[in-house]
Amino acid sequence: MLWESFKLALRSVRRNVLRSILTLLGIVIGVAAVIALVTIGSGANEKISSDISKLGSNMLIVRPGNQGPGPPGGSDARSFTENDVTALRGGVSQVRAIAPTASKQATVVYDATSTDAQITGGDEAFFVAQDWTFIQGGSFTESDVRAASNVCVIGATIVTTLLPNIEPIGQTIRVSAMPCTVVGVLGSKGQSAFGSDQDNIVVMPLRTFQRRIAGNTKISNISVSANTPAAVKTAQDSITAILRETRHIGENDQDDFSVRDMTQIAATMSSTTTLMTGLLGAVAAVSLLVGGIGIMNIMLVSVTERTREIGIRLAIGALASQVLTQFLVEAVVLCLLGGLLGIGLGLGLAGLASVFLTIPFAPDPKVVLLAFGFSGVIGLVFGFFPARNAARLDPIEALRHE
Amino acid sequence: MISLRNVTRTYGEGDAQVRALAGLDLDIEAGSFVAIMGASGSGKSTTMNILGCLDTASSGTYDFNGIDISGLSRDGRALLRRNYLGFVFQGFNLLARTTALENVELPLVYRGMARSLREEKALAALHAVGLQDREGHTPGELSGGQQQRVAIARAIVSDPLILLADEPTGNLDSERSHDIMRLLQKLNTERGITVIMVTHEADMADYASRIIHFADGHIADDKYRGRR
Repeated sequence: MLWESFKLALRSVRRNVLRSILTLLGIVIGVAAVIALVTIGSGANEKISSDISKLGSNMLIVRPGNQGPGPPGGSDARSFTENDVTALRGGVSQVRAIAPTASKQATVVYDATSTDAQITGGDEAFFVAQDWTFIQGGSFTESDVRAASNVCVIGATIVTTLLPNIEPIGQTIRVSAMPCTVVGVLGSKGQSAFGSDQDNIVVMPLRTFQRRIAGNTKISNISVSANTPAAVKTAQDSITAILRETRHIGENDQDDFSVRDMTQIAATMSSTTTLMTGLLGAVAAVSLLVGGIGIMNIMLVSVTERTREIGIRLAIGALASQVLTQFLVEAVVLCLLGGLLGIGLGLGLAGLASVFLTIPFAPDPKVVLLAFGFSGVIGLVFGFFPARNAARLDPIEALRHE
Repeated sequence: MISLRNVTRTYGEGDAQVRALAGLDLDIEAGSFVAIMGASGSGKSTTMNILGCLDTASSGTYDFNGIDISGLSRDGRALLRRNYLGFVFQGFNLLARTTALENVELPLVYRGMARSLREEKALAALHAVGLQDREGHTPGELSGGQQQRVAIARAIVSDPLILLADEPTGNLDSERSHDIMRLLQKLNTERGITVIMVTHEADMADYASRIIHFADGHIADDKYRGRR
C-alpha cells in the first residue's frame, strides 16, 4: 500500500511538472541555503585550523605581560632575557624547539625598491618552532647568531616585491639602513588566520636584530614547539613554573607573562565561526518553514481538485487512513524531492564559494542527511492537514463534486 | 440478504428539515435483479446511498447478511463496501489518465493484494466485460460504452455479493445501453451477483426481475416479473 502510494505520488508530481517545481522551490531554496551555509562555514573552520597549524604544530607562544588575546604586551610589560631562555632550554622536556624572538616593522630596500616588512630576530630554533621550510639556501648558523652577522632569510613576498627575476641568495638588502646578505628563502605559508601576510618577513640572527634594528636586548616573545600534542599541556605548565622562578615572581603575585597554546586560539576562532554558521543556518531554516507552508497550500489545492477522485476511491473501499496515507506520502515525496534538489544546489553553491573564497570544500554527510530528513518531516507536518481534509471527505459529496 | 426496516433519512435541521425517506421497509433476496424507478426527489438515490453504505439512515435498521449496518463506523462501512459491494455510476467515475487495467485493479490495491494476483484478477474482469484487448487504454481513449464496461469490471473484480448501479445507462445511447444491460443481466444469472439498479428508462428496467417504484420517500409499487 505504501509502495502504491509512493508510485501514485510520483505520478502526480510528473503530471504537474511545472506546478511541482514551483511548489518545491521554497523547500529547494531553504535546503540549499542551509547546506551551502553550513558547508561554507565548516570550510572556513577548516581553513582557520589549517592556517593556525601552519604557524607551527603543537605550538606555544610565550609573551610578556598577562593580557587576554590581542596584540603582544605593552611597553610596560617586562620582556624576556637570555637568562629566561637558557633556563627554559635547560628545564622544559619533550619540546623540539625553544625559539626566542623579537620583531618590529621596518623598511626593507633593494636597489630602488622598498617595502615594509616584519623584521624578526631569532636563531635556528625559530624555523623549527614555526615549521618554516626553505625553498632556497638555508638558515643562518649558530656562529652567525653568536657573531651577530649581517645575514638574513627572507619570505616569499619579499622575493616577489624586491627581488623579482633575481637570484636572491647572495644579494644584499638593506633593512632599516643596515645591509645584510640573503642566505635563504622561506617556503610560502600564505595568509595567517588573523589576515596578515606571513611571507612578508625578514628573519635575522637575534643579536643582529637587537643591536642594529631594535637597539636593545629585549626578547619580545618565545615560541615553543612541543614534540606531541599531548606534551603541549605539560610544556605549558613547566614553562610557567620556570619563568616564575627566573623572573622572581612571588607566590601570591600574578604571572607577568602569558603562555598561549595556538590550538586553544584555533578552538576559540573556530567556535566563533561555528556560532555564525549556526545562526545563519537557523535563518535559512526559516525559509524551509516558508517552503513547508507552500507545500501545504498546494496540497490543499490538490485535495480540492481531486475531490471526485477521492470520492471514487472511498466508494470502492479505500479506508480513510489509506486516503490519508496517500496524500501524506505525496507531500513527503514532494518535499524529499525538493530536499534532494536543494542538497544538490547547496553543495554546488558551496563548491563555487570554496573556489572563490579559497577555503576547503567540506560537505558534512551528517548535515546533508539531516537536511534531507528535515525536508521529509516538513512534508509530514505540512501535508498532514490537507491529507486529513481528504480523508474526512464524505464519499457522496465527493462523488457529486464536479 | 438485505432487509431495511422503518428506515428514515432526513437532511437539515429544524424548519429546513427535509425528509427523503419516510419509514421504508424493503427486502431484497440474494441473486435478484432489482430496478428502482421514480421521479427525482422520490428517495431512490437516498435508498441507493444507504444500501451502498455510503450514507446511514437517520432511524430504522439496515440488516445486511445479518450485519447491523446502522451500528458500523465509517471504516466498518468502508470495509463492507470493499468486501461485498460493487459500484457502477452514471458518470462512469473512472480515474483519468489511468489505464483500464489500473482502474480495475484499484479495489484490490486497497485490499492489499499482491501485484501479480491483482493483475490476473483485473484481466479476468476485463475479459468478462469483453474488453480483453483494451487494458492499456486510458478512459480518454475509450468510448462511453467501453468506459462503463471498465467501471463494471472494476465493480466485479472483488467478487462482490451486490452490484449497485446508479443509472448505469444514463450517459449512453440506446444500443450501448442495451449492451450494458445484457452484461449486467449476464453477471446476475451466471455469477449470481445481486444487481440493484436505479434507472429512468422503462425498457432498461425491463431487464430486471423486480421493479420498484418510489414516490415521496416510500415504495409506491413493487412488482416481481418474468425475465426478459
